[in-house]
Amino acid sequence: MNDVVISVRELTKCFGDFTAVDHISFDVHRGEIFGFLGANGAGKTTAMRMLCGLSYPTSGTGSVVGYDVMHEGDKIKRSIGYMSQRFSLYNDLTVWENMFLFAGIYGLTKKETEKRATELLARLNFASERDTLVGSLPLGWKQKLSFVIATIHRPRVVFLDEPTGGVDPITRRQFWEMIYEATEEGTTIFVTTHYMDEAEYCSRVSIMVDGEVRALDTPARLKKQFATDSMDGVFRILARGAHRGE
Amino acid sequence: MSAIEIHNLSKCFAKTKAVDNVSFCVEKGELFGLIGPDGAGKTTLFRLLTTLLNPDSGNAKVDGCDIVEDYIAIRSRVGYMPGRFSLYPDLTVEENLQFFAALFGADVEESYELIAPVYKHIEPFRARRAGKLSGGMKQKLALSCALIHRPSVLFLDEPTTGVDAVSRSEFWDMLACLKEKGLTILVSTPYMDEALRCDRIALCNEGRVLCIDTPKEIIRRFERKLYGISAKSMFRLLEKARKATGVEDCYPFGEKHHLVVNDKFDVESFKIELGDIEGLQIVSVESTIEDMFIKLMK
Repeated sequence: MNDVVISVRELTKCFGDFTAVDHISFDVHRGEIFGFLGANGAGKTTAMRMLCGLSYPTSGTGSVVGYDVMHEGDKIKRSIGYMSQRFSLYNDLTVWENMFLFAGIYGLTKKETEKRATELLARLNFASERDTLVGSLPLGWKQKLSFVIATIHRPRVVFLDEPTGGVDPITRRQFWEMIYEATEEGTTIFVTTHYMDEAEYCSRVSIMVDGEVRALDTPARLKKQFATDSMDGVFRILARGAHRGE
Repeated sequence: MSAIEIHNLSKCFAKTKAVDNVSFCVEKGELFGLIGPDGAGKTTLFRLLTTLLNPDSGNAKVDGCDIVEDYIAIRSRVGYMPGRFSLYPDLTVEENLQFFAALFGADVEESYELIAPVYKHIEPFRARRAGKLSGGMKQKLALSCALIHRPSVLFLDEPTTGVDAVSRSEFWDMLACLKEKGLTILVSTPYMDEALRCDRIALCNEGRVLCIDTPKEIIRRFERKLYGISAKSMFRLLEKARKATGVEDCYPFGEKHHLVVNDKFDVESFKIELGDIEGLQIVSVESTIEDMFIKLMK
């Protein structure tokens, strides 16, 4: 089914005799906001590195936007978007220059970039700021800009790492609105986070404990299953049983 | 006498008013939370109160001592845990503790009872270098070191940032324990849900305090009818709901959008007005600290 953007089966990664990721299996569908949670040390980062083509699995299979995680890491890197929890645009370049830099890295031509950058800025209502230095923008704007730049090459899936940590409640909501809009158009969002309130925005959430995916469902069904009223409650019930330290 | 008294305190960095005319008091034995996002001025306020910075104007007292005049006296009476891990990574757990005890002329054994609720979690690792500890363990060591000279007031700057939900909850249990021992605690956090663990909180943003009260009272002061709405397309729902009659505000709030309404709102007419929205659900919900924060910011 081509509606599946990420698919992994029994994906495993060992470092020596330590199994960081232990036979995980799941599918992520087009237009989903998929939350990927786990305590410190649960194996989230290792799993995500495999999905982003930065590390190869020890065993198991997986595909991301149609490319094999075992053999096509470079193709995966070119085809996904990634927004890090640390602000990673260049403060001493303008908005426009940042867009050109990242578009160039992803191999867009000058003509394509101009068209795409103009379109993205217009959508953000941000055309008037194209020559502003990114360093002088307010935090909320920097974040929105980071997201649109992560989508400059029209990736089918964007990986977000704690996208709204430390941001005020209004800016945080503007950010999620932008994410909803992107998913409406078919972009898939893969979010890793420590913030349980970010988990509440996800269509489905998986929770990793000791290298395994211990729960995977919609936030509503998980809360019902664990008889608690928040994702924080679900997370605590699952993570308390962890054997592995942080 | 309050443990912390702050009067019209201000501090600017170039054009930025990091702390802008802030006044409030923290009573002895209180667990007081500064709740706000990055840039709210939380760290600057901590640095002013712990005498690491001088204010541009206004004044403040900590445990009866003026933050400018009596800065030396304050330093031995307060415990400060900065937002960044600032212990020595190449000293062991035990060496760090002994080092900070020596700096303050304190004795680890005499302070043991006070630090025990925190230190006992990391004591089995006392020979491990601090740099090799996990995030949650580093945080416990930092708190132990901040307590070693038995301060009367404890300043904790975002102690739970970047820590997973289980460790966060444990950390708040430890704070409750320290409060029982009579310590006054000023703690900052960007997590709105942690506000509920405090006796009183100040909601702050861009250098200013938006309001101060008990968490319960702040929630009560929201005083608006609130609904939670959801549908298959959350984005279309948001756009449509904002235009409906009697809707004052509508914003994403996890699985549902929160809908703030006035007297002109009626559930049945609202459903009709929205038209063909697939899977629409609407339920009455209780307001939270975060709803109040949004209201105060607007």
